Amino acid sequence: MKKGVKKKDLGQIKGFSIQFIPYAEIRHLDSDERLKKILRIVLGNNILILQGKLKPEEETRLIGDTMVMIEHLKDFKGIELAVISGDENESIFDKMKKGIANILAGGDLGAITIIGPATIVKEIKRNPKKIELLLNK
Amino acid sequence: MAIKIIKNFFKRVFSSIFRNKKDIKLGFYGPPNAGKTSLANRICKDFTGEEIGSVSKVPHETRSVQFKEKVEIDYKGKKMVFKMIDTPGIATKIDYEEFLKYKLKKKVAKERAKEATQGVIESIKWLDDMDIVVIVLDATENPYNQVNITIIGNLVARKIPVLIVANKIDLRKADIKKIEAAFPEYEVVGISAKYGKNLEEFYESIFKLSKKI
Repeated sequence: MKKGVKKKDLGQIKGFSIQFIPYAEIRHLDSDERLKKILRIVLGNNILILQGKLKPEEETRLIGDTMVMIEHLKDFKGIELAVISGDENESIFDKMKKGIANILAGGDLGAITIIGPATIVKEIKRNPKKIELLLNK
Repeated sequence: MAIKIIKNFFKRVFSSIFRNKKDIKLGFYGPPNAGKTSLANRICKDFTGEEIGSVSKVPHETRSVQFKEKVEIDYKGKKMVFKMIDTPGIATKIDYEEFLKYKLKKKVAKERAKEATQGVIESIKWLDDMDIVVIVLDATENPYNQVNITIIGNLVARKIPVLIVANKIDLRKADIKKIEAAFPEYEVVGISAKYGKNLEEFYESIFKLSKKI
């Protein structure tokens, strides 16, 4: 910390942590178990950074399950979700190479999925070159 | 004479059965407040004289799936019959407090939020039943929104043809190029549902996509 900068000046965001999960942790789980694991982490006031990405149908199920939880859990307002994939502009050959590697590994390891509770993560601003996590104070 | 009447009768019966089967299910998907209902209303009004649902500045105005059967779109002499399906906006978060900003009472806002969550679930369930999907995006908003990517990813996985519509091009902040850059593999049609701008290009694209079913 820079000299002269008081701790309180940095803002007071309390009560959450950031968890990183490598893809190996969810590779062998079925969709139900994956979503349960993800929601358990997010409902525990954590921001999850997941290596790889979910299947499209798992993403929609995650949204659907989130909606059910908003209805049933007090103070839960939903999630913020963003997936950053690898370079979209890479050549077909590179894509094929990556495709084979992903098949062997079981998921798109070049991607990163960020999921956080909406009470903590105000917005995930995304554009092709960067990603910004805006938090609620 | 009698044979001719019987023949015509069967022809009418069979053609109506055949036409029912051929009605193309055209779904309108996208985030809340992008103008899905405005666009569906514009089309329904033009070809049936009736609207499909109400529109509002308050997000999540459409909270259940709305239909309009037998919408015959007549474009440059070609005719196609569609079943229009207007869906609630898909979101990952719904907070009743957001509705209070629009001066809704707390009880009304809470009820709206509850219905909106159910609407999102209903929208997702309907994804499987579409023949063509129009993704309606607000051209003044950032298109790099995970909800848009998730919906498109699901449609690709289900092999459902997709048309992306950049709505609200009448507004100064609208940026179609940003939407085209975000979804380079898809055709993007810029329109203004509110003012009926550029709908010809939209119909052209829908007719083109209909051939892919």
